[in-house]
Amino acid sequence: MEVLEYGFMQRALLASLMVGLVAPAVGVFLVQRRLSLLGDGLGHVALTGVAIGVLTSTAPVGTALMAAVLGAVLIELVRARGRTSGDVALAVLFYGGIAGGVVLLSLAPRGQATNLEAYLFGAITTTTTADVAVFGAITVVVLGVVGLLGSRLYAVSDDEEYARAVGLPVLALNVVLAALVAATVVLSMRVVGLLLISALMIVPSAVAQQLARSFRQTVYLACAIGLVTSVAGTTASYYAGTPSGGTIVLLAIALFLLATTAVAVREATARRRHRRRAEVHAAHPHEHGAGCGHPAVLHGDHVDYDHDGHLHAPHRTGAGVHYDEHGEHAPPAGTGGRA
Amino acid sequence: MTAVRLREARIGYGDVAVVEGVDLTVADGEAVAVLGSNGSGKTTLARGLLGLATVLGGEVEVLGAPVGRLRRPPPAQRGRIGYVPQRHTVSGAVPATVREVVGVGRLARLGPFGRLRPADRSAVQDAVAAVGLADRLGDPVASLSGGQQRRVLVARALAAEPELLVMDEPTAGVDAASQDALAAVLADVSATGTTLLVVTHETAALAGVLTRAVVVDHGRIAYDGPLAGAGSTDDGHHHPEGTGLPPARGYRQDQPRVTTDGGR
Repeated sequence: MEVLEYGFMQRALLASLMVGLVAPAVGVFLVQRRLSLLGDGLGHVALTGVAIGVLTSTAPVGTALMAAVLGAVLIELVRARGRTSGDVALAVLFYGGIAGGVVLLSLAPRGQATNLEAYLFGAITTTTTADVAVFGAITVVVLGVVGLLGSRLYAVSDDEEYARAVGLPVLALNVVLAALVAATVVLSMRVVGLLLISALMIVPSAVAQQLARSFRQTVYLACAIGLVTSVAGTTASYYAGTPSGGTIVLLAIALFLLATTAVAVREATARRRHRRRAEVHAAHPHEHGAGCGHPAVLHGDHVDYDHDGHLHAPHRTGAGVHYDEHGEHAPPAGTGGRA
Repeated sequence: MTAVRLREARIGYGDVAVVEGVDLTVADGEAVAVLGSNGSGKTTLARGLLGLATVLGGEVEVLGAPVGRLRRPPPAQRGRIGYVPQRHTVSGAVPATVREVVGVGRLARLGPFGRLRPADRSAVQDAVAAVGLADRLGDPVASLSGGQQRRVLVARALAAEPELLVMDEPTAGVDAASQDALAAVLADVSATGTTLLVVTHETAALAGVLTRAVVVDHGRIAYDGPLAGAGSTDDGHHHPEGTGLPPARGYRQDQPRVTTDGGR
């Protein structure tokens, strides 16, 4: 493939592969905790780190990582101390981060400061071999920690109060998660840019949670979606000549809209079918009950009635008895298909 | 051993005490109802034991270890406490199965990096079966009814096989059949020697399980004795002064209201 012939595109695809896999693996926990915008904020903070790196002529990836991790830990400590002032403190930290980054970058010698846009929106083709090595290390560490502590991170994200009550180390786990987010932000910096990082953490998870049944499934599915959109977006951006970050995010959002629409259509269809059956049964000569002639079927915590080849679950409402359809359940053997 | 020991305890949020001057000792294996009207401080009292409210003064000991201002149970208590919160809105954001939610109940028993072993998995299954949801183990919690979701939270606490089980309003908004089922589950748990501390408005449903009543009023203990002695009237307020039993130490009728806790 032509796209693979250039060294810069090989590095770009490798970077996008790692980002696509890692960002959703961390993002799912943020979505669960309803802290979706934490990644966005830490992206702002990382810009100050980038600027410091540029000014001191050290690798911006390293200084960005330090700034983001420091910011992440600070945020968790602020959150742990109380919630009312926390919101404002976060805003101050986040916007202080981006303002500090912009001002510091402007002080850099002419020629280097023009990189600002590359950091904000990503410049995947500028990924160096050294960057790829650092990204690889970050990927291994982040996925390792998620694998090791995933169930505890889930517990704290799902119900922090319960986790605290039973003695899980809530603050430590929150700091770990924030540090994972910081590392992911830096990893994603070259690929999607600091302003779009959050999207790659959140949107694949938003797609996956509509389709999955368990938390574990959601994590795997989100990672798969992230991987595919990231690599596909990077490839598409090469051929279309568009920025990789924006292309990847638009692709992910397109998937999100598709999944949302599909789920909405499916639910509307189920509702319509339910209503149609309810109309049929509105003309019912009797309420289901003991001795109504329809076979009773014990179903979990209630009794269903086998009726015209499907099951009825009667329950009382203000307007009388209402029947839920249990359409997916086959009628019990020997009674199926009664007219 | 004593499961819970409070001496001159002050418990609240921030610097504001909601409960004050509380002396309470609960022996291992007791089944105690913590009663009181809305805002009486009964929930704050229970939350103080769990490290969810701040101990502002006095002594609070749970399972032999002190609960400090740090709002975090010391290592000695980890995995030995079960907690059923008052309400749980299933976040719905990310789906999770019954098995996953109840599995959290086992985590605190393991080390910082320990994984669920077969024994933990069977404890999860047993707990889910105990609340009558064995056939829903793999279903997303969001697909369950509100009452069933509450049972999932009871199972999560049971899965820990706790020495102390604290429940906040487990019967509120639950239909009579489910209340009876809960009473049966709690009777089994109590029979294994687990200490029960149930914060509640009304004791009718659990009267067969809970034997001792602690009535909290205006942030102080107003009655402490047999459950049968703690009168309950239709307005949901407890009137220990009408029971003919002497009020517990520390309770004065003219005591100014410490604060209301807004149901916390």
